[in-house]
Amino acid sequence: MIKSFKGKTGEGGILPPFAFLKRNKSEDFIFIQILKASALLVSIVIFAFLVTLFLSSWPFVKTYGLRALVSRVWDPINESYGALPFIVTTILVSILALLLSIPFSLSVAFLTKTRNLSERVKDLLTTSLNLIAAIPSVIYGFWGLVALAPIMRILQLKLGYPPYGVGIMTAVLVLTIMIIPLSASIASEVMKLVPEELEEASYALGANTYETNLKVILPVAKSGILAGFLLSLGRALGETMAVTMVIGNFNNFPSNLFGPGNTIASLIANQFNEASGMHQSGLIFLGLVLFLITLIFNFTGNLLILRRVRK
Amino acid sequence: MKTRKYMDKIFKAGIITFSILTIAPLFIILITLLKWGINALNLDLITRIQRPVGERGGALNSIVGTLIITTIATIIASPISILAGVYVAEFPDKLISKITAVSSRLIAGIPSIVIGIVVYLWCVKPMGGYSALAGSIALAIMMIPNIVTATAESIMMIPKDYREASRSLGANFTRTTLKVIIPFALPGILTGLLSSFSRIAGETAPLLFTSFGNPFLNLNILKPMSALPLLIYNYATSPYREWHQIAWGASLILILIVFLVSIISRLGVKKWKA
Repeated sequence: MIKSFKGKTGEGGILPPFAFLKRNKSEDFIFIQILKASALLVSIVIFAFLVTLFLSSWPFVKTYGLRALVSRVWDPINESYGALPFIVTTILVSILALLLSIPFSLSVAFLTKTRNLSERVKDLLTTSLNLIAAIPSVIYGFWGLVALAPIMRILQLKLGYPPYGVGIMTAVLVLTIMIIPLSASIASEVMKLVPEELEEASYALGANTYETNLKVILPVAKSGILAGFLLSLGRALGETMAVTMVIGNFNNFPSNLFGPGNTIASLIANQFNEASGMHQSGLIFLGLVLFLITLIFNFTGNLLILRRVRK
Repeated sequence: MKTRKYMDKIFKAGIITFSILTIAPLFIILITLLKWGINALNLDLITRIQRPVGERGGALNSIVGTLIITTIATIIASPISILAGVYVAEFPDKLISKITAVSSRLIAGIPSIVIGIVVYLWCVKPMGGYSALAGSIALAIMMIPNIVTATAESIMMIPKDYREASRSLGANFTRTTLKVIIPFALPGILTGLLSSFSRIAGETAPLLFTSFGNPFLNLNILKPMSALPLLIYNYATSPYREWHQIAWGASLILILIVFLVSIISRLGVKKWKA
């Protein structure tokens, strides 16, 4: 562009700056570059996180290798870093919470799909779900500590376990309440995408609500519902505050389903501020592990949803 | 034939029961909060700062801290996210735009504690100390997904005619976007902003290693600062009744802020979509 203007001069023989570009075009060019830069910034966040976590956990991995993931004793003072108890507890707590949440989230989704239910009831249901999702996790933790733990204590006494009140099962119950809204809202969104004709055809053939829901709607919506479960699992794995407050902060394998333990997230929340050197690097490494696990679930879940929506 | 009818009835009763059980915790938690929190709501709570056990203390420093940290987070997050959202909506076929859309969904799934660690490594370590600014940056990252999605979706809902009319009158892309598209999409964008605000106002984990907390009233964003969720966490896990009381009061204030903002944003969605 500059070439075509060579030799031409502006007023007074001097070329005004940027005169070689048409004003409209230059404005657009700059604006689009700004847009692009912002988009680029958002898209490199995940990558930047990976690099940062990897670099900072490298000292730990170099010294202890990946066997920290399978050894059992976590004792930073004696430089023993075994993360297996936390990894097992994290997976156990999340999967139990997910399994427990399934009947609830599916029920809510079926109910919002029901035809002869007034809009007002459906509205109440979705508003309540949104509010459940909006409650800060620290308040769930506080509530679990003050209201749920005493009930769990009674239960533990009845079952013959030490009555801590806090523990794996308390964390599972709180987590279940917290993750239902996400899977329920995704399940009902996906069910809304099921063509009305299928549902109507099913009813026309004489099928009742039960059969239509379980044998027509559920199979058609199943990939999207699965995606919702994967996303909830990702959230459960990474949930920190509520779990930290009610899981009991015990750095070993839980002795039973009601016993205290620690997840990766709660371990980090409890120890990171006091940690330094290798201990800190080890915690960052566990953070990286947690990040990678949740990334896989989120990626798969989102992929399933996007494919579902495109169909 | 009879079993079919019974199964249907059991199924209907089942989904109704389970749905009621699903929303029951909301009311149980709200009632617990009100029961304990109402007594704690007094002038001390909003006029005094944290004090040791035995002295009359309050949550003023945390209330102010939450307002400052979340406001700065919003200021950091919104321009980048809105511009990125505009790019995603205007150039949906470009590679960067696809990566941005996926990335923003993935950001929504990052465990909040991991965001805390990373921002600690980015800001706290190099700057040599905890700071409210680091906390704001951590929360700003959490705000990105909602704002990007809300912006992109509300721009995509605008009929093509508006853009074409503007372009045919001679306005370039920049003017069209800034003067026609964004004003039309503004209600949707604001809704996204509010809903992400209500999401971060209650976040604790990203603040643990960044803003850290501070028992004094501090207005300097380069120093550690308290926030309501941090206060609730510290006081709720303490053994003192008196501190529990303050934590209940603080929880009530926090949940009122969060619910108010999220209900306003929901109403916005309804109006916008109608």
